[in-house]
Amino acid sequence: MARIVAVTGNEAVAEALKQINPDVCAAYPITPQTDMMQRFAGFVSDGKVKTEIILVESEHSSMSACIGASAAGGRVITATSSQGLALMWEMLFIASGLRLPIIMPVVNRALSAPLNIHGDHSDAMGARDAGWIQLWSENTQEAYDNTIQAFRIGEHMDIRLPVIICLDGFIISHSIERIEYIEDSDVRNFVGDFKAVNPLLDIRHPVSYGPLILPDYYMEFMRAHAEPMAKVPKVVLDVAKDFEKISGRKYGLFEAYRLDDAEIGLVILNSAAGTSKDVIDEFRNKGIKAGLLKPRLYRPFPYAEVGEALKHLKAVCVLDRADAFGGSFGPVFIDIAASLYPYKERPFLINKIYGLGGRDYLPEHAALVLDELAEIVKTGKVKTFKEYIGVRE
Amino acid sequence: MATPLSLKELSKKEILFTPGHRMCAGCGAPIIVKMVLLAADYPVIASNATGCLEVSTCISDYTAWKIPWIHSAFENAAATISGVETMYRSLKKQGKINDEIKFISFGGDGGTYDIGFQSLSGAMERGHDMLYICYDNGAYMNTGIQRSSATPFGADTTTCPAGDVIPGKMQQRKDLTKIMAAHNIPYAAQASPSHWGDLMKKVRKALEIKGPKFMNVIAPCNRGWRSKTDDAITLSRLAVETCCWPLYEIENGNTKITFKPREKKPLVDFLKPQGRFKHLFTPENEWLLKEAQEQVDKNWERLLAEEACFAPKETKEKASKEQ
Repeated sequence: MARIVAVTGNEAVAEALKQINPDVCAAYPITPQTDMMQRFAGFVSDGKVKTEIILVESEHSSMSACIGASAAGGRVITATSSQGLALMWEMLFIASGLRLPIIMPVVNRALSAPLNIHGDHSDAMGARDAGWIQLWSENTQEAYDNTIQAFRIGEHMDIRLPVIICLDGFIISHSIERIEYIEDSDVRNFVGDFKAVNPLLDIRHPVSYGPLILPDYYMEFMRAHAEPMAKVPKVVLDVAKDFEKISGRKYGLFEAYRLDDAEIGLVILNSAAGTSKDVIDEFRNKGIKAGLLKPRLYRPFPYAEVGEALKHLKAVCVLDRADAFGGSFGPVFIDIAASLYPYKERPFLINKIYGLGGRDYLPEHAALVLDELAEIVKTGKVKTFKEYIGVRE
Repeated sequence: MATPLSLKELSKKEILFTPGHRMCAGCGAPIIVKMVLLAADYPVIASNATGCLEVSTCISDYTAWKIPWIHSAFENAAATISGVETMYRSLKKQGKINDEIKFISFGGDGGTYDIGFQSLSGAMERGHDMLYICYDNGAYMNTGIQRSSATPFGADTTTCPAGDVIPGKMQQRKDLTKIMAAHNIPYAAQASPSHWGDLMKKVRKALEIKGPKFMNVIAPCNRGWRSKTDDAITLSRLAVETCCWPLYEIENGNTKITFKPREKKPLVDFLKPQGRFKHLFTPENEWLLKEAQEQVDKNWERLLAEEACFAPKETKEKASKEQ
C-alpha cells in the first residue's frame, strides 16, 4: 500500500535514500540541498539505516570519498548543488571513468558570480558531459521516483555508471507537495542487493584502479565508455516498466504532453514544465494545437526518439534555465536542434532563456511564447531565434 | 605473530611492490614503499595521489602493486582512502567482510603539503583508521622539479630558479609533521629510508594504533636534487645526521626523538653533494648558508626541548640532577 504524504522535495529524496539504505554516504552542506543530507544524517543517528556517513570537509573530498567507497565495493550516495557540483567537476569524470555507480541527487541552483542560491540549471549543465547519467524531475513525486530508479539504472550490469537526479532548487526542494511513498519492502525488492564488480576490499583478488593510460590505449577506453552510454535508454525503459508495477506510475525517456497532434510545442526541463502544461491546456481549450516535451533522461540524450516525437510540429520553442555563453543557444536547444537536424521537414526552432537565479517562470511567459510560435506558423517568419524572457533589458 | 624486523626474516616475505615499475634509477620513493609494505603484517589496501609513484607504477595494462590499489586524483589520496575505509567499516558492521585490513595512502610532497593538504587534514580530523605516508622529495618532481611548500630554503627549482636577483627558494619549508601532530592524531612521525629499521618500526607501530596516523619520509630524488644516481641512501642519512630531517615520533602528543646523531654534522655536508644548492657555495650567497644552518639549529633545539617537555618524570629528574 502506498503512503500518501505531504513533503518537500528534499524530504522525499531523503526518504527514498533511507528506503534504499546504502552502505556509505558522503555529505557536505550546500544550500538548497543541505536539508536532504541533514535528514539523512538523522536517519543514520537514529539507526534507521545501516549507512556509514562521511562528513567530509569539501565537495571535492565528498566525491573523492564516494569514489573510494564505491571502488571498495558497495552502494554509495551523496548529494550536492551549484558550487558544490562545480567543485566536484574534476572528480565527476573520474567517477564515471572508473565506472562507479554512485548515485547523486543534485538540487539545481545557479552558479556564481554573482552569488545566488536559487533555482537554475547552470550547475547540472556544467556536468552534462561528465559521463554521468542525468535524470530530471518535474516535481517531488518524480524526484522520489527517479531516485529509486537511478540505482537500478546505474548499477545495471550493462551500464555501471554514476547517476545524477536533478530537481529544482527551492521550487521543488523546499515546497511541500502531496506525493505517494512506496512501501519500504517494495523499494528494497525493486532495487535489490548491490553487486560489486572488482571490489578493492576483495583482498584475495587485488586490483589496481586509476591507471595511467597513454595515447596507445586512452582512446579505446573512451570508446568503451561510450558503449554503456548507448545502452542506457533501453535500460531506463526496462527499469521504468518494473517501476510501474510497484508504483502504478509510468515513466519514459521523456514526457510527451498533448504532443501527438500538436502544431506548436515547448521543450522544457523540470518544474517549469508543470506551469507550461497548464497553459497548454488553456491553449487547447481555445482550439490551438499546443503540446510539450519534457526530457527526463537528459544524459545520454535520446536524440532519435526526441527527434521522432517533435518532427511533425510546425514550430517549437526550447526553454533553457541556463545559458551556454558563447554558444549562441542554450544547452537544451542545442540538443533539440541536433535531434531534428536529420529530418528534411522539421519545425521552426526558437530558444528562450528563462528563470535564471530563481526568477519566476509565470504562466504568462508560457502564453507569450506559445503566441509567438502560433505567429511563426502563420507568417512563416522568425523574428528572434534566441532571447531572454522575464528579464529587464 | 609479527615477522621479526630482521633482514633474514623479512627476506622471506613476498615483496608486494614488484620490480619492473618505471620509477627512475636511484629514486627514494619505491624503496620506501617496499619497506612500508614489508613492515605491514596485515593485508593492506593503498591509495595513491597523482605523482611520480603513481604514474610510474600503474601504466595500463601493467601494475607493480600486488595489493588492492586506487589512484583517483592529485589532491585527494586521503579522501579517497577515507571512502575505502568507510566502506570497509560499513561492510564489516553488516557481517559481509571479516578480514582485518589496513589502509595506507601514499602521496608526494606536492600532493600532501600543498594541493592535498585540505583533504588530508579533513581525513585526519574525521578519525579514519588509516596511515598517510608522504614521500617528501621536496618539489614537484613528476612535472619537472617545481617548487612546493616542502622545498628547502635556498633550493634551486624550475619555478624558483637561482637567478641573478633571487637565489632560489626564499621561504622555509612548511613543517607538515608538526601540523599533522597538531590535529591531535594518535601518531605522527618522521622517517628516512637510510634508517630502515626505524622506518619499519614506525610503520608497524602506526598500523597497530587505531585511528589516523601520519608519517613523513624523506625521499631523495636524484633528478631534482641534482645528485648522483646511487646517493639516495647516503643523502637521506646525511639529512638525518645534520638534523635537517630529524627522526622522531609524536605519540598521543608526546614527542620522542628516535635517533640522535652522536655528532651533529654541519648542514653543508647534506647540501654540498646536491646541485640544487650549488649556488649557495659562492661568496655572495654565504649568508644563505648561514641562515639555513641557523634554521636547522633552531628547529633541532626546539625538538629537543619538546622531547624534554614530554619525557617521563623520572628521566626529567635524572636529567636535572646530572645538570
